[in-house]
Amino acid sequence: MKLLVHGLEAYAYTGGKPFDNTLPCVVFVHGASNDHSVWTLLARWFAHHGHGVLAVDLPGHLRSAGPPLASIEALADWLLALLDAAGVQRAVLVGHSMGSLVALEAAARAPERAARLVMIGTAVPMKVSDALLATALEAPERAMAMVNAWAISTLASKPGFPGPGNWLHGGALALMRRVQAGAPGINLFHHDFEVCNRYAGGLDAAARVRCPATLLLGEHDQMTPPRATRELAAALRATVAMVPSGHHQLAETPDATLTALRSALA
Amino acid sequence: MAGYSDPGFDTLALHAGASPDPVTGARAVPIVLSTSFVFESSEHAASLFNMERSGHVYSRISNPTNAVLEERLAALEGGSGAIATASGQAALHLAICTIAGAGSHIVASSALYGGSHNLLHYTLARFGIGTTFVRPGDVDGWRAAIRPNTKLLFGETLGNPGLDVLDIPAVAAVAHEAGLPLLVDSTFTTPWLMKPFEHGADLLFHSATKFLSGHGTVVGGVLVDSGLFDWERSHATTGRFPELTEPYEGFHGMVFSEESTVGAFLLRARREGLRDFGACMSPHTAWLILQGIETLPLRMARHVENTRKIVAFLASHKAVARVGYPELEGHPSHALAKRLLPRGCGSVFSFDLKGSREQGKAFIEALKIFSHLANVGDCRSLVIHPASTTHFRMDDAALAAAGITPGTIRLSIGLEDADDLIDDLKRALRAAEKAR
Repeated sequence: MKLLVHGLEAYAYTGGKPFDNTLPCVVFVHGASNDHSVWTLLARWFAHHGHGVLAVDLPGHLRSAGPPLASIEALADWLLALLDAAGVQRAVLVGHSMGSLVALEAAARAPERAARLVMIGTAVPMKVSDALLATALEAPERAMAMVNAWAISTLASKPGFPGPGNWLHGGALALMRRVQAGAPGINLFHHDFEVCNRYAGGLDAAARVRCPATLLLGEHDQMTPPRATRELAAALRATVAMVPSGHHQLAETPDATLTALRSALA
Repeated sequence: MAGYSDPGFDTLALHAGASPDPVTGARAVPIVLSTSFVFESSEHAASLFNMERSGHVYSRISNPTNAVLEERLAALEGGSGAIATASGQAALHLAICTIAGAGSHIVASSALYGGSHNLLHYTLARFGIGTTFVRPGDVDGWRAAIRPNTKLLFGETLGNPGLDVLDIPAVAAVAHEAGLPLLVDSTFTTPWLMKPFEHGADLLFHSATKFLSGHGTVVGGVLVDSGLFDWERSHATTGRFPELTEPYEGFHGMVFSEESTVGAFLLRARREGLRDFGACMSPHTAWLILQGIETLPLRMARHVENTRKIVAFLASHKAVARVGYPELEGHPSHALAKRLLPRGCGSVFSFDLKGSREQGKAFIEALKIFSHLANVGDCRSLVIHPASTTHFRMDDAALAAAGITPGTIRLSIGLEDADDLIDDLKRALRAAEKAR
């Protein structure tokens, strides 16, 4: 589905069904150097179970036009403008990693528009190591391999994403390379991690959120370890759900993640 | 950063895609010989059919044992995913028919396995898919053969049987300039000798019957996707790939490139090609190929070590007119082999006997360790006469274009003691000389 946001074309995957803004809306926001396709299974499930689904490509990420936005705050404003463009007043906001910060900030900026907040694979602050940022700047493909190694906790994720026979490490790396190649003239990988690293307003934002919140965390997550979410969970008065995965909860444990998300939205 | 989080090739060959069975604790990969899999509920069934959940429904489409093989090959190749098929030919057919149909066109290397040549030149032509063959080293020829209806470029990493090394970086550049993917047959090299995706190929397949299985026991194929080819971008400018970028009525109007940015090709191949053509692999076959892959690094090293000794022996023998191994300086692909195949050029090669057809026959019949049969990549050493077997449908001109003469002998060097193999060849060469 194509929308016009801030005068530029924006893309949102609608889960295999035409978007219906009269249904309860779930918005999915991807993480750094990703796109909507990390949500395919969850988006399809919710779209076929009574929801209107918008799984966005953030600006500058493959199908959404425009330069990548420079801050979590700007991305949150863009997300709220996308809801306006889709005719959605209130939505469940679900984000993964960098996308979880965008969802948090949007829920804080417009508390009346957030029905629920689900932050998957999250941490506040989401500090990125100097070594990764430096490598991302100088040798982004090497940094992608580093992220892959930290983000995936198993050599055998079952039943496979988006279906059996897919090698998660290879698919995740290919997606980062495709997103990078889709943004000529900018090191988008480095840009996204810088955006995460610079975001300082997470706990203040959490204090302004009014809706029920859930943190959905990976037990083996090395990128955003569960122990780094205690202050955030307290500020949000959030329910914490754990799945047996690393940072790639959506693909590593798709069934457990669906079960946890259904529970969060029940 | 080596270790469990970033494992090397040998570790992946043993562990990728598999972990101890959560129910039984079995450490080896279980053989799941079940046609179908029980649904938890009607809702679960519907969500599996509608791709809202991942999982197994019916073993023609996917199977837990096959999935381990698919993930392992994708891991070893640096790909995003794979599909196991009934044979290497089935993998080639699946690759082509996922993006091509009546009216489509392929540009292919002229140095191909005879079966692949048959498929392209005769069989697919009957279904309206035409092929232009070009010499693998003729980069301008590849470019000139591309037409508006071309869907892919196709070659073998090591051309059969002359071992022309495909200049993958150059041919991939030609393909990508035209918005086309490059498909390669990687059977002869395996990912231990070369990873074609690192050189620019987009899709590859194996006859897993050969080195991957390694023991001459089962027939199978695997099709692997790099996940890097941008089907949407190419389609936007060329209109070539509606199968992946426009709604497919055969699967609820699904647009595969929207469903998966990096997995669109394999989604369509599985959801249409395996579903409808049905050339799937038996889980028992998948298990045997996995057994083979677990020792692939050890076997390939020994295959190459033995081959180098036998190439050296034959190259200095007075009854041998030519040895076609790219590591020899006189081979046309020598420089390319040094660049793309530093670990070796595999263990399949051909040589030309001096003398008559009768002498060639006497040579083959005198061998005792080498087995005379139509296969390669076995742990046992093999021999065949291409002009009368694998390439017998080709006329002399086509044979010559593929670098084959009536006296060409093809060897596949196994894992026996190299001295024993050389002794066997010595005896056979003596028999050939006596048959003069």
